[in-house]
Amino acid sequence: MNYFLIPILQIAYKDIILELRTKDIFVTILIFALLMGVIFSFVFVPTKQNVVLILPGTLWVSITFAGVLGFNRSLVLEKDKGNLDGLLLCPVTRDVIYFGKFLGLFLFMISAEIFIVPLYAVLYNVSILDVGIPVIVILTTIGFAAVGTLFSAICVNTRSREVMLPILLLPVSVPIIVAAVEGTRSILEGSPVGIERWVQLLAAFDVIFLVLAAFTFGAVLEE
Amino acid sequence: MDSNNPYKSFDVRVFLISVLAAIMITNLALIFFWAPTEMVMGLVQKVLYVHVPLAWIGFLAFFVVFIGSVMYLWKKTQPWDGLAQAAAEVGVLCTTLMLVTGAIWAKPVWGVWWTWDPRLTTSTILWLMYVGYLMLRGYAPSREQGARYAAVMGIVAFVNVPIVYYSTILWRTVHPEMVIGPASETGNLDSQMRTVLLFSALTFTLLFVYLVKERLALTCAYDRILSIRHKEGIY
Repeated sequence: MNYFLIPILQIAYKDIILELRTKDIFVTILIFALLMGVIFSFVFVPTKQNVVLILPGTLWVSITFAGVLGFNRSLVLEKDKGNLDGLLLCPVTRDVIYFGKFLGLFLFMISAEIFIVPLYAVLYNVSILDVGIPVIVILTTIGFAAVGTLFSAICVNTRSREVMLPILLLPVSVPIIVAAVEGTRSILEGSPVGIERWVQLLAAFDVIFLVLAAFTFGAVLEE
Repeated sequence: MDSNNPYKSFDVRVFLISVLAAIMITNLALIFFWAPTEMVMGLVQKVLYVHVPLAWIGFLAFFVVFIGSVMYLWKKTQPWDGLAQAAAEVGVLCTTLMLVTGAIWAKPVWGVWWTWDPRLTTSTILWLMYVGYLMLRGYAPSREQGARYAAVMGIVAFVNVPIVYYSTILWRTVHPEMVIGPASETGNLDSQMRTVLLFSALTFTLLFVYLVKERLALTCAYDRILSIRHKEGIY
């Protein structure tokens, strides 16, 4: 167990130290998502009647697009100055590297979302005080970071990687985007009847793609 | 005769394509002259005999991509990658035609070109994922890396299809008013219609096999040119 868990934490710790020094990914995600929130409020003109319809979509589309930028950044940092080769030389299996990178990205996204979600609630003037919101945010972020880590490792080596990452990542993330938007909406509507099925869908997606990505990550990193 | 004689393999191809052309003409004749015209929908219903087989071989193609991808990651041999690539290209082509023929059918029957019904939504997402798959091959730094990345994408995309379908079904129950529903599409088919549909599906499956075979032959020719160039020192 320790041979598995400790290297994961060490790889994530390395990313966290780097992030604490540069604050690249956190700032990118936070500012971009807020910018999108402001732009969407011009586009959709939220009122008391339609805000429940608008807010979940704008919130999750903003977080998704901001996340794509953050994922790109994370693996580009590894690619610079041959850091990825150093990581590959570590005496650990490839899935450990995957989970380490995943954990780092998950934490950066969550820490940005801790600010983004309440700020959206303030900007769009709705109450988000419900235990369901953190559950949905955490499950969605796990799923999104799970596929995001895999695809950013693929795209970092391709030409025009900024284009390739969203093209691969967004269609695969459709189920979690749908579940996050609908789950958030049913909470905001104040009648969270259908929420369990969205939570189930998110949890199933997370488990399936964490396992699948860990299995296939070795093939991506092979040199 | 020399075993490498190109005319010999050329003859086999001519034979295969003639047989296939004969079957396809028979298929068209069956669709337009033998199958009865549907009472309510009229002539436009005949799109069904092309649309359904295209959908079938689209899914078959992506299953072949999945098998090819898994086998490539396991065995690391070129033919599996070539198979996955060939099937993906034919699959994207068929899915594109399936979406187009579906829209042509939907306009007179449902009154709209497009609706966000689970099947339509899933097909679109499927199409987008495999277009991404083909782009990934094009943008990869080397052929070998492209093969590995594409294999991962081929597996992830295929596993994702049922999840996308399930999520859009859940989504549809949330938005019932947005859906016209494919209920009119199914129901009891006339026995003659069913025969034609089955024949058409068989015809298109043969076409799929033929196209994949041709695409594989193209990859082999490409590899041969590469190896000759390598041997002669031409880059």
